[in-house]
Amino acid sequence: MSAAPELHPETRRPARFKAQAAEALASPRLKLALDRTAGNAEAKRGAAVAAFPGFEAARVRGAAIKDHTLRHLDHYLESFAARAEALGTKVHWARTADEACRITVEICRQAGARSATRSKSMLGEEIGLPHALAEAGIERVETDLAEHIVQLAGDPPSHIVWPAMHIAREQVAELFAEHHQTPQDPDDVPSMVESARRVLRGKFLGADVGISGANFLIAETGAVCTVTNEGNAELTTTPPRVHIVTAGIEKLVPTLAHAMTLLRLLARSATGAEITQYTTFHAGPKRPGDLDGPEEMHIVLVDNGRSKMLGEGLEEMLRCIRCGACMNHCVVYRQIGGHAYGGVYPGPMGAVLTPVLQGLKESRALPQACTLNGKCAEVCPVKIPLPTLLRGWRIRSWREGLEPTTVRAGIGLWAFVAKRPRLYRLGVKAALPVLRIFGRKGWIEKAPLLGAWTDQRDFPTPPRGGSFMAQYKAGRRS
Amino acid sequence: MTSAERPRIGLFVTCLVDAMRPQTGFAAIALLERAGCAVEVPMAQTCCGQPGWNSGDEKAARDMALRVIEAFAPHEHVVAPSGSCAATIRDYPELFEPGSPMRARAEAMAAKTWELFSFLTDVRKWRPEGVSLPASATYHDSCSGLRHLDVKAQPRKLLAAVKGLEMRPLPGSEVCCGFGGTFCVKYPAISNAVATEKAANIESTGADLLLGGDLGCLMNMAGKLRRRGSKIRVTHAAEVLAWGEKASALGEEGAA
Repeated sequence: MSAAPELHPETRRPARFKAQAAEALASPRLKLALDRTAGNAEAKRGAAVAAFPGFEAARVRGAAIKDHTLRHLDHYLESFAARAEALGTKVHWARTADEACRITVEICRQAGARSATRSKSMLGEEIGLPHALAEAGIERVETDLAEHIVQLAGDPPSHIVWPAMHIAREQVAELFAEHHQTPQDPDDVPSMVESARRVLRGKFLGADVGISGANFLIAETGAVCTVTNEGNAELTTTPPRVHIVTAGIEKLVPTLAHAMTLLRLLARSATGAEITQYTTFHAGPKRPGDLDGPEEMHIVLVDNGRSKMLGEGLEEMLRCIRCGACMNHCVVYRQIGGHAYGGVYPGPMGAVLTPVLQGLKESRALPQACTLNGKCAEVCPVKIPLPTLLRGWRIRSWREGLEPTTVRAGIGLWAFVAKRPRLYRLGVKAALPVLRIFGRKGWIEKAPLLGAWTDQRDFPTPPRGGSFMAQYKAGRRS
Repeated sequence: MTSAERPRIGLFVTCLVDAMRPQTGFAAIALLERAGCAVEVPMAQTCCGQPGWNSGDEKAARDMALRVIEAFAPHEHVVAPSGSCAATIRDYPELFEPGSPMRARAEAMAAKTWELFSFLTDVRKWRPEGVSLPASATYHDSCSGLRHLDVKAQPRKLLAAVKGLEMRPLPGSEVCCGFGGTFCVKYPAISNAVATEKAANIESTGADLLLGGDLGCLMNMAGKLRRRGSKIRVTHAAEVLAWGEKASALGEEGAA
């Protein structure tokens, strides 16, 4: 197998999508990893959904729960904050990513923290928390196995559920051999997992602060729900003296029962499992008489563009429960993986969210890089109309003049001609014989202006007898 | 004859059928007539507006929608040999202000517009008779028809009535072929990667023919198959349903 070209984390940007996609397409190793992991997830999800007759009804309910909560977000936020504080949790509000990082770092400083364990959180990636902790001189220990791998590799996650899906186990063995300082056998995955476990156990017990995200915030009880398959969230949040939760405000649900409905959708949609190995509700710091738990619990509630989405036709995107099904089923993601998108969130959901987070000017390519085939919306557990939202970005991009002049000119010419049927027919009548010149045995293998097509595939030679309309007008009926 | 007995159909030819594959249009007329319809082809039609609509140029899409609505005003139903174009017309209401008179007209237009196989099956309850094609074929479900218009069983029901035609399942038949309209020229490298996988799946069936209901997707898959040196013939299912063994395939200079 040929060596994969290097993808450069520091220069990856949404604006470089096309070049990044080309790099990804040139990597057979990446394609293999995508087919294995996302392909496997697709098959398992299919089986799990088929075995759960109530899935469609749960989707409808899941979407309704999210919509209801978002419509009354102020009420549920206040209710959640009040209940959480009653449990002894300190609630912080962050309008922006910077504010969220500042608050989190400040809590770490107050706690005199030198090291912080972190259980996988895409919100943490979104606000740039890894960078902020490094700047503050706090050792960051990623405890999710795949996050541990990408941390050692110096990569950002390439998938929201399997952050290291782009790294083959042979590369993992090299990384572990170097950083764990023990020999590794790439064909013995359990022994590599054991190696990571050994290294991480020490870190879990030595950390001053544990930082987690949240899958759900329960307004009725003030509890924070996390789900993992490795138990690392529990080990991140229980032994250290301080537990910090960073969570987007869209994670709210009214009650535990609502969280349960969404959990049934989340696990099946993400991995095809009926439930995750660990589902934990963190309700405040250690109480008198408790054997363990953090002495302090903090929740940083992050807006970072979310409340603006509510007023801008992107409400439905806030239903997202971060299962990754849309990217697992996306023909584009399945060819190029997550890094090509250049933002924190890849795939269809990322193509909707990245323009919110990084601006449409920077990320206009992402909503365009989609065939609008609708598969993502079909599998979304909370029925987010992703193609409609992507089209919404395209409309804004057009209005704001962000589309390239070539595209604008092409569409402009098409519209001018298509609005004038006579001119249109003259155009077709003139173009077809010209195209036919390039045809050999019924196919065009190369022709001027057809390069984007004929570089990769043949183009059928247009009909000898002229267009349908010309033939119909001339009296042909069958 | 009253319209209930012989409904007046406006054929929405689609720009690709018009320029690239007239036979598909004539096959559609033949099928609709056999299904008891009076078919007319309004000469004012050009395109449904999809290039504008998918590129974000709402104004161009709206301008096209107004013209299409006008051109097909007299018709009881509008039928297109394409799920993609029919789905775009079904989207027309989104282009107009809710509650406006144009919105109401766009809604009426959307409600009377059908993809060909869906119309023949769901509305006309029609099945072909006396058509034969001794061959094996597989079928690709184009995305807009499949997900926007629920076209899945209809073409298969119709093809099941073709004598001698053995239908073979296509692995990943519901996976996009990578065409995506302007997508295939905006992102040719990604489109090609998707089309390559699709072509491999089609070849794996060992079928003689690939059939489908959308010319854009069919041209994409046929072009990729030919570039790979595959011998599989590709054609619009309407042509097989209309003419059986006399149907030609893309790249063959048949009856055109």
